[in-house]
Amino acid sequence: MKSGELGKTFQDGEIIIHQNDVGECMFVIQSGQVEIFQNKNKREVRLATLKSGDFFGEMAIFDHEVRSASVRALGEVRVLTVDKKNFLKRVHEDPSLAYHIVQTMSQRIRHLDAQNTRIKAADRRNWDKRPEVYNGRN
Amino acid sequence: MHKNAGSDFLVHKLTATERKSVRSKTLGNGSRVAVIGGGPAGSFFSYFLLDLAQRIDMHIQVEIYEPRDFFTPGPKGCNMCGGIISESLVQTLAAEGIPLPSGVIQRGIDSYLLHTDTGSVRIETPLNEKRIGAVHRGAGPKDSEGTKWGGFDGYLQILAIEKGAQLHQTRVEDVTFSDGYPTLRSSNGQTKSYDLLAITSGVNTNTLKIFQNLNIGYDPPKTTRTLIREYYLGQKNVDDFIGTSMHVFLLDIPRIKFAALIPKEDYVTLCLLGDDLDETTLQIFLNCPQVRQCFPPDFDLQNSCKCLPRMVTKGSSQPYADRMIFIGDCGVSRLYKDGIGAAYRCAKAAATACIFEGISKDDFKQYYWPFCKSMHRDNKFGKLVFAVTHLLRKRLFTRRAVTRMVLSEQNKEGKHRIMSTVLWDMFTGSASYKDIFLLTLQPIFLISFFQHIISALWNGTIYNNSMR
Repeated sequence: MKSGELGKTFQDGEIIIHQNDVGECMFVIQSGQVEIFQNKNKREVRLATLKSGDFFGEMAIFDHEVRSASVRALGEVRVLTVDKKNFLKRVHEDPSLAYHIVQTMSQRIRHLDAQNTRIKAADRRNWDKRPEVYNGRN
Repeated sequence: MHKNAGSDFLVHKLTATERKSVRSKTLGNGSRVAVIGGGPAGSFFSYFLLDLAQRIDMHIQVEIYEPRDFFTPGPKGCNMCGGIISESLVQTLAAEGIPLPSGVIQRGIDSYLLHTDTGSVRIETPLNEKRIGAVHRGAGPKDSEGTKWGGFDGYLQILAIEKGAQLHQTRVEDVTFSDGYPTLRSSNGQTKSYDLLAITSGVNTNTLKIFQNLNIGYDPPKTTRTLIREYYLGQKNVDDFIGTSMHVFLLDIPRIKFAALIPKEDYVTLCLLGDDLDETTLQIFLNCPQVRQCFPPDFDLQNSCKCLPRMVTKGSSQPYADRMIFIGDCGVSRLYKDGIGAAYRCAKAAATACIFEGISKDDFKQYYWPFCKSMHRDNKFGKLVFAVTHLLRKRLFTRRAVTRMVLSEQNKEGKHRIMSTVLWDMFTGSASYKDIFLLTLQPIFLISFFQHIISALWNGTIYNNSMR
């Protein structure tokens, strides 16, 4: 770690967030990359890769649910934590502080909407192409 | 490269509504804003003013007047300050989406070392993370190789310019009102009128005299001298002797209210706060063994870049007028600590008032002054906290009690480390003075501290857990 770096360094493969843990902070990537994944039926499903400047774990700031996914370092990565209590206190003083996070969350919802639409369209195509035997006509 | 990269501002043919908005005391499309001073307060204000305007599709023109070049090493490009980005500001800027790259951050700080004549104790950051940034305000001390790093003020200036601000590297000689609009005469002879004038010049300037003579009700802040020295140690010596800790000294030296050594990459900044500090006080401090041990044995402490900047002790009681707003040190600031964090908060409060409310004296009184008042109120708690610290510093047994209590807390859970938290918040400027004061009123804290005072009266052990 260089002398002028902020945050904490995680090595390749190290878990930064465990799915289902209780979260009290969000993270901002200072350098490097992380991957976000969920464990579903004992299999890992990669949801996204984030890079320097991106943040993750923000849902723990706004709701009282456990972490929805795990986050792992992809190579050496350095992250800075933003404490829930300090952050929310500042947001109450200056609501516009949340703008950047809301803007990014809005972009992520758009991305998810597009992904959802693609999946539903593919499902529909598969349904239309289904063999007659499944169509109850044979 | 960035100096002329200003905005691609679209000059509109103004509609009737827009003209009305410009003539009235609000900002609208086509409004022109001048900012006197390109330090953190000026750059933050310009950045957020443009950012908020862009969010609501308002096109305004922001021009920063700053004669200094923050990319030149030495006094010409320096804003004379210890250069600490507090834990709360580091986190807030991260949430804003404003990164603090290494290079601008000279050293990430993960702990504080409290030195007293009864021993030294270390207070770690939560999560053992580097959450405090040490920066050079300019391009580095005199005789330094300035190209090695970027100064903090220069970095913020670039952010403001990239947002669309224009930089005039010239001094403002005079300000008058012309047809109700503030009009600037700069040292290059140009005269220009603006819809709004933001003054962010700090207190180490003669510019503020212009506004005292304008009879607008502005009274400049009360100040005191501080003493700053920058010592070149080289990276290895900084690593070996100072490390990634800020060293804070609780020593009974008259007139010194706060003393700290702040590690940068190759340099160490000595920062003394107090009343009318002079060379004699400095020499008494430098000769303390607790200070000498932070430097290589044969190091010459007389050879340094030095300055005696002014620091605000009481903010202005009216930091605004019609179409004029005073931001940062020349308006209000936090007592002794976190001046850059105060400049950020002040600049954002000012930008929000200007964009969403108005730019008349009444608008500022209603929407900007409450923020200033809250900072004034908190500084009163700060004076109380520093007065208590002064009393603790005066007696050997109270200094010993503080050291013992911090040491005894090291193995406890976070919420039970009240003395460590109080000192941490005080040194870092991360919490408000009111919060710090209320923390010290907790019965559990008072009982525990009383027990340590009793114990310190009977036991004169010297403590040390300062091993890195």
